[in-house]
Amino acid sequence: MYEILEQRMLNANISLMVVKAPRVAASCLPGQFLIVRKDEEGERIPLTICDYDREKETVTLCIQAVGASSEEMIHMKKGDAFLDVVGPLGNASELVTDIDAIKGKKILFVAGGVGTAPVYPQAKYLHEKGIDVDVIIGAKTKDILIMEDEMRAAASNVYIATDDGSYGFKGMVTNLIEDLIAKGNRYDVCVAIGPLIMMKFVCLTTKKYDLKTIVSMNPIMVDGTGMCGACRLLVNNEVKFACVDGPEFDGHLVDFDGAMSRQSLYKTEEGRALLKLREGDTHHGGCGMCGGEK
Amino acid sequence: MEDMTRVKVREQDPKVRATNFEEVCLGYNEEEAVKEASRCLECKNPQCVSGCPVSINIPGFIKKIKERDFAGAYDVISESSALPAVCGRVCPQESQCEGKCIRGIKGEAVAIGKLERFVADYALEHNLVKKVEAPKNGIKVAVVGSGPAGLTCAGDLIRAGFDVTIFEALHEAGGVLVYGIPEFRLPKEKIVKKEVEKLKALGVKIETDVIIGKSVTIDELMEKEGFSAVFIGSGAGLPKFMGIPGENAKGVFSANEYLTRNNLMKAYKDYKTPIMRGKNAVVVGGGNVAMDAARTALRLGAKTTIVYRRSEAELPARVEEVHHAKEEGIIFNLLTNPTEILTDENGFVRGIRCIRMELGEPDESGRRSPVEVKGSEFEIECDMVIMSLGTSPNPLISSSTPGLTINKRKCIVINEESAMTEKDGVFAGGDAVTGAATVILAMGAGKTAARGIMEYVNKRNQ
Repeated sequence: MYEILEQRMLNANISLMVVKAPRVAASCLPGQFLIVRKDEEGERIPLTICDYDREKETVTLCIQAVGASSEEMIHMKKGDAFLDVVGPLGNASELVTDIDAIKGKKILFVAGGVGTAPVYPQAKYLHEKGIDVDVIIGAKTKDILIMEDEMRAAASNVYIATDDGSYGFKGMVTNLIEDLIAKGNRYDVCVAIGPLIMMKFVCLTTKKYDLKTIVSMNPIMVDGTGMCGACRLLVNNEVKFACVDGPEFDGHLVDFDGAMSRQSLYKTEEGRALLKLREGDTHHGGCGMCGGEK
Repeated sequence: MEDMTRVKVREQDPKVRATNFEEVCLGYNEEEAVKEASRCLECKNPQCVSGCPVSINIPGFIKKIKERDFAGAYDVISESSALPAVCGRVCPQESQCEGKCIRGIKGEAVAIGKLERFVADYALEHNLVKKVEAPKNGIKVAVVGSGPAGLTCAGDLIRAGFDVTIFEALHEAGGVLVYGIPEFRLPKEKIVKKEVEKLKALGVKIETDVIIGKSVTIDELMEKEGFSAVFIGSGAGLPKFMGIPGENAKGVFSANEYLTRNNLMKAYKDYKTPIMRGKNAVVVGGGNVAMDAARTALRLGAKTTIVYRRSEAELPARVEEVHHAKEEGIIFNLLTNPTEILTDENGFVRGIRCIRMELGEPDESGRRSPVEVKGSEFEIECDMVIMSLGTSPNPLISSSTPGLTINKRKCIVINEESAMTEKDGVFAGGDAVTGAATVILAMGAGKTAARGIMEYVNKRNQ
C-alpha cells in the first residue's frame, strides 16, 4: 500500500497528493510519469509526476476527475492509500537530461489545466540550475487556475491567460504567446503541457516562429511498460508508444488529430460510469447502460 | 480396438461456454486418469521424454498413476517441472511429448498433457508441496519478471537454498499466465495464484510494482542491494502492427491490450477498466494469442472471425485451441490478408478490406509463403479489429543495463549453456531472449539459468 501523506484540492476538480513511494521517489526525474491503482477493482491510471522528495521518499501527484476512477481518487484523503503505485515510467524530459545543451537559453513553458502541475517541477529544476524560465498558465476562468504561487517562486516571469479575462491576459494561451513575442521576448525552446487541443494550437502557433516545442502526451494506457500498445500515436508518420518512446515528443511532428480521436474511444463509457457514480442511488436511467429506462 | 483411442476428456458444452469465462476443459477424474494411464506402453526408450523441453520422466509418472499413487506421480513430475498444472493446460503437446508417442502411429497418442494436469490438480487440491532440501546459503538472487521463466528459475533456486526475490512490473505476479492467457484456458485463482503462493511458502519474496530499468537498475540491484546474480525473464514486449491504413482507428487493438484489459484488469467482471464489446470482431493472426483474443471477443458478445494469411495446416496455434474455437462458432477466414482498415466519419472501425492469398514456395521457416491473388479484394464488416501478430522485445532493460548485448531482433544475447549474458552475473531466458515463444520453452530457459546461476556462484566462491 502507498499512503497519502498530504492532500489538498487545487480547485473543485483537481486534487494534489503527496504519496509515499520509496522506489519511485528514489529514481524519478521531471517529465516521467507513474501509474496508480486505487483498489482491487480499480483501473491503472497514468499520472505525470508533479514533484518528488528523495529524502522523504515521496512523490507528488495531481489528479483531475474525468471518469469514475479519477472521480473516486480526488476524494481520497490524507491517511488513505493506493493499492499500487508503479514507476517512474517513460523518459525524463530532454531539457533535464541534457542540461548543458540549454545553458544560456530561454525556455517558455505553456501550462493548461491539470498540465500546470507537471510543468512546475520542470520549471523549478531548470530555474535552480540558473536557466531563464518564463511560464504561461492558461485557464478558462480565474476560479480554476492552479499553482500560481508555486510557479511564481520557480520562474523568472509568470503570465496568466484566462479565456473570460477574469484574471491576467484575456484570451487563449496562443494569443498570449503571440503577444509576448510581439513585445520583443525571444525564446529558444517551448514546452507545452495541457489538454490535447491546447497543445495542438500552441504547436501551430510556435511553428510560425520556428520555435522548437516539446509536448507531453498522456494517451490511453493499460500497463504503461511497453506491452499493450494502447498508447500508440503517430509522430512524423511513424507509430510511437508514449509509454516507452515518450511521453515527451517534438510537438511539431505529433499527429494531434489522430491522438484526439483515439482519446475519445472510451469517452462515452467513462461519462456513463461517472454519471452512475455521481448520481448513485438517485440514478434512474438515461445513461444507456443500466437499462433503467425500460 | 479400445486401446487405440484415448479416454475422452470432459468439456463444457460449446454453446454454454461461449457465453462464460469458466474453464473449457474439465479434466480427468481418478478413474478416467487410471484408465488413460493404462494405455501407456512404458517404452524402454521413451520418445515422449525427448519431446519434452524439460525432460519430464513421463512413463515414470504415468506408471505411478496406474498404481493409483498420485502423490508419487507428482513427485516424479516435480523433479523436472515447477508448473505442471500450467503446462498440462497450455503446452503444445501434439508437437512435443504426444507427437512422439508410439501409440500415436496407429491410433491416438496417450493423453500425456491431460494426465499431467490431473496429477498437478490433485497435488493442488491436496496441498502437496515439494520441500526445500538444501540449507539456506544466504546468497541473494534477483529474478526480473514473474512469468513462467521467472517462476521456474525462482523455484529451482529457492530449493537449492538461495535467497530469491522476484521483481514484477505489474501489480500481480504471473506474467503472461495472468495478463495473457484467459481464465477459460488457465484459471487464475485456482491455478496460477496457487502456484505463486506455493513459491512464496517456500520463501521466495515477490515485489510487485517494480520496473527493473526504471524503478531500479540491474547495476543498482547488484551494487547497492546486494544481489550476487540476476535473472532477466522480462518476457516479450511491444505489439507488432501491420502498417496498413486505418490501424490507429478507434476499435483497433493489439491482442496484448485486449487480453490485458480482460484478464489482468478483469474487465469481463464488474471491474472498472473498460473493454470494447464489439458486434463483429475480426482477429488478425493464427497463433495461440489470436485464438485467445478471438474466444475472448466471442465471450464478450461479438460474432468473431479469424483472418490468417496461410492455410489451416500452418496455423501456429495448438490444435486443441483451434478445435475449441471452431466448436464455439469462430469463423476462420484462412488464406486471407488485411490490406486496409475502414473507418466511419467519426474514426471508428466499420470494416476491414482483405485480399485472398495462395501458398507459394516455402520460405526460410520452411512454411509455404502466401502470395496475393490479384483482384481478389473483398470487405468484411466489423466494428473491432484485434491485431495478433507477435511482439518485439521490450527495450526497458536492455537500454538501461550497460554491458548487455542485444541481437538484431533486439533479443538479449546469452551463452546457450549457462544462460549468462555478456554481462557478468546477469542471466536471461524466455521471450526476452528468444522472442515470442511458448510457456514451456520459457520454463526450460528458467531451469537452464537456475543451473547456470548455481555454477556461477559456486565457481566464484571457490
